[in-house]
Amino acid sequence: MKLTEDTLQKIDEVISRYPDKRSASLMVIHLVQEELGAVDLEASEWIADTLDLQPINIRELITFYPMLREKPWGETHVRVCRTLPCALRGSYATCKKLEEKLNVKEGCVSSDGKHSIEFMECLADCGEGPVVMVGDQTFENIDEGKAAKLAQLILDDKLGDTNEFISYEKAVESI
Amino acid sequence: MISKKIPKERRVILKNADAPSYSNKISCYIKEGGYNVLKKSLKKKPEEIGEEVLKSGVRGRGGAGFPTGMKWKFLDRKSGKPIYLICNADESEPGTFKDRQIIHKDPHQLIEGMMISAYAIQAKQAFIYIRAEFFEGAKILNRAITEAKAKGFCGENILGSGYSCDLVVHRGAGAYICGEETGLIESLEGKRPNPRIKPPYFPAVLGLYQCPTIVNNVETLCNVKHIMEMGGETFSKIGKPNNTGTRIWCVSGQVKNPGYFEFECGALTLGEMIYDVCGGLLPGRTLQAVIPGGSSAKILRADERFKGTHKDGTDFDWGIEDIPLDFDGPMAAGTMSGSGGIVVMDNTVDMVEAMANINAFYAHESCGQCTPCREGSLWMKKISSRMCSGDAREEDADLLLSVANQIEGRTICAFGEAAAWPTQSFVKKFRKDFLKKAKTQKRKKDSLQLI
Repeated sequence: MKLTEDTLQKIDEVISRYPDKRSASLMVIHLVQEELGAVDLEASEWIADTLDLQPINIRELITFYPMLREKPWGETHVRVCRTLPCALRGSYATCKKLEEKLNVKEGCVSSDGKHSIEFMECLADCGEGPVVMVGDQTFENIDEGKAAKLAQLILDDKLGDTNEFISYEKAVESI
Repeated sequence: MISKKIPKERRVILKNADAPSYSNKISCYIKEGGYNVLKKSLKKKPEEIGEEVLKSGVRGRGGAGFPTGMKWKFLDRKSGKPIYLICNADESEPGTFKDRQIIHKDPHQLIEGMMISAYAIQAKQAFIYIRAEFFEGAKILNRAITEAKAKGFCGENILGSGYSCDLVVHRGAGAYICGEETGLIESLEGKRPNPRIKPPYFPAVLGLYQCPTIVNNVETLCNVKHIMEMGGETFSKIGKPNNTGTRIWCVSGQVKNPGYFEFECGALTLGEMIYDVCGGLLPGRTLQAVIPGGSSAKILRADERFKGTHKDGTDFDWGIEDIPLDFDGPMAAGTMSGSGGIVVMDNTVDMVEAMANINAFYAHESCGQCTPCREGSLWMKKISSRMCSGDAREEDADLLLSVANQIEGRTICAFGEAAAWPTQSFVKKFRKDFLKKAKTQKRKKDSLQLI
């Protein structure tokens, strides 16, 4: 298993923040997952070793937390909020449209490994539902029609070039 | 037509958040007088701050509504062990999105509130436990902490006072149960977030690393800043007795203009919120039901009457639109204001599907530690999903109720209640819909798919 020098440095820095090494587990797993896309057995063992823990101490976290992965999602991972407030504004239709356009079922990765969709629980932006996240960016009020456009931009790899969809965070940053 | 007066927001916590020229950078915060309250507070004795918070009567904004000053009083200061402060930024109750606004738009207010609180309880270290879905939120907080440290508002020897407290952002990984304070502590210790049993594990006595720990919500910690700015006495005059300060209400679901609104506690009713503030329902629709405090709060039916006697002896007889928005109003109506997440459902909604949606959430999020919750939440999901896929039975309503009743009160943490209350209240108040489902096996006409 190879991690970049940058990630290794970040891991050392993160561990130093806590009074107890084990507390850094989640943050170290996040850093490893950000680079490798997932934390497999080998990576779990490496993290355990780094934190002076047993491999099971890391495995039990990866198998518990919904956002920790043993296998990577697609290169572009799309999260759609499923929970009631978003569902009341049509998130089931949004998810279906994205599945259709990106040609991948929710919970799965496309055969070329490019796209994946996750129909997940509350993203805490209920007033602007349906909420969709692409990577780590949040997009609000994505109804069925907008979902089709959003999917096309993802397929064309042009999401970053357009002003049609402004991520919530970009809107905050631009102030 | 008589034009109705729209109740005016009173923005204390969100005062600057949405101002057009305001950003989340420290320069903006300082320009608005930021960190002055920290300077002032560091000159006081720590106990004096605790006294002000107690005097203010502020209640926790995370869901349970426990008085914050009291929580701080319970802190075990004699053990000699280090004390920790944790900000619960795991905002995950469906229907709630208030902490997101603070974290993204005004992070320094949270940092100032935290540093004042940390000094008041003499914390050795402070953590912000933020949900992992807030990728940008964690980045913003980390940048804000770096800015604050550079100016001496945080970290070593804060503003030359001799008091030091480091502030660390810790990311969760998508588990709702981490919003439960003892589950959060387990998670922060690097373990599975199985909540701890109380007693003995009251965080104020045996919290993080078995040391005294205070866990407060984002909005609560921001309130501490305002309490110290205006004084506990003045703060206690905002809102109503026992319901002091402002609250940020988050309205979602089927209203014209959903969003977050900050009002003095009790300044308006649920009806004014839905019809005046949020512009009412979509054209041609009528109100069917409201969940007033996040998905775990018991649902209210639009045509219910709520009758009873207040603590002061006066009687009340409310329709749904008369319920005052504070802590005690929804409580008197048999539900709770919880985390302030108001979910509105109009007449098109298929209530069985809505319940199935909520049940799927709780089945997914149960940590699995206690059998009644692990098994019960899953069975409630299975039964309600089956009901929505063409195989509903007449006896399902009672079956669901029996499962829910066997969870409530039989679990280590309040998740059991959170999972049971929706089913109990949906079945009780919408029994006809459940029986109808068994007859027709169809989704209600015009309802969106909810499961």
